[in-house]
Amino acid sequence: RQALEEMRALYERNQADVSEAKSGRTDLIFLIRFRHCCLLRNQRCVVAYLYDRLLRIRALRWEYGSVLPNAIQFHMSAEEVEWFSRYKKSLATYMRSVGGEEGLDLTQDIKPPKSLYIEVRCLKDYGEFEIDDGTTVLLKKNSQHFLPRWKCEQLIRQGVLEHVLS
Amino acid sequence: ADSDGGSEELVLTPAQLIRSLEQAWLNEKFAPELLESKPEIIECVVEQLDHMEANLKRAKKGDLKVSVHHMEIERIRYVLSSYLRCRLVKIEKFFPHVLEKEKSRAEGEPSILSPEEFAFAKEYMANTETYLKNVALKHMPPNLQKVSLLKSVPKPNLDSFVFLRVLERQENILVEPETDEQREYTIDLEEGSQHLIRYKTIAPLVASGAVQLI
Repeated sequence: RQALEEMRALYERNQADVSEAKSGRTDLIFLIRFRHCCLLRNQRCVVAYLYDRLLRIRALRWEYGSVLPNAIQFHMSAEEVEWFSRYKKSLATYMRSVGGEEGLDLTQDIKPPKSLYIEVRCLKDYGEFEIDDGTTVLLKKNSQHFLPRWKCEQLIRQGVLEHVLS
Repeated sequence: ADSDGGSEELVLTPAQLIRSLEQAWLNEKFAPELLESKPEIIECVVEQLDHMEANLKRAKKGDLKVSVHHMEIERIRYVLSSYLRCRLVKIEKFFPHVLEKEKSRAEGEPSILSPEEFAFAKEYMANTETYLKNVALKHMPPNLQKVSLLKSVPKPNLDSFVFLRVLERQENILVEPETDEQREYTIDLEEGSQHLIRYKTIAPLVASGAVQLI
């Protein structure tokens, strides 16, 4: 916001000088050009900063999933939340269009699979978790389980489970 | 190859299909720019995966083959996901250029974006433009309210070096000089040989399948 204020102030000063220059005072042209450069630079900085934030928010979708933790959402502006929600939707539409009936969840299978089942330890209380063949597992803090890898991926990324390497 | 009336349809064995997928995946991974989209490969691989999963459901539980097949399915799914992810990353990274290239594509030229990727890229661009306009640009002085994303977003670096293996012998490839002292020269690429070369020089060979990036 400060940058925008500065830009507005600079622009107004430039405007005054532009109208003066038009009336024939050519010695002001350098000053006008200089201010224009400052304005352009400010514009570039603002856009770069905002775009960089968008890239980080995009990374969040791939790391955390489609629901962002409250702590993070708190740091986002309303427009950023809107951008995130549109990005999510766009990505979901694309993923659905690939791969058969249910689509292909591209946020899974991030690493090459080494084995079908992995040993995981539960880091926090999560509650009941259903696996493919219908059985449910109770995920309590510090309990260890031998579970199918693909089911655990998201929970590992969210920090609920930890992959135990013996 | 099987020909069906007027259309050309290549019938690949599953093993050949997976190898095509892996080749496309490696090329995409190591190329600095977005490569041609390969919808036929993707479609066939998805069909193959569905087929394998159906087989798996019918098999006896506890059979050793089940684990092996399951593992195979996981591996193929990983390669497919990685390939599509790689493309999405490039689309997002170079979005104004990718869209520009697609829009200015000539009639017979192959597309670098599938229709779904094209839709995704357009949405990404619109989303980002709207955001920048609403948050910053509309508050700026009138003559600065537009930003050319085509100029601001960096283009892929086609001069970056890549490793490749030659699949089909090539003769007289023109290599442009890097410095002013050098002159351009031609090289021959022998089948099976491996090289480290600037991507720009061999880009058409990747597209035609004459070389494989590694």
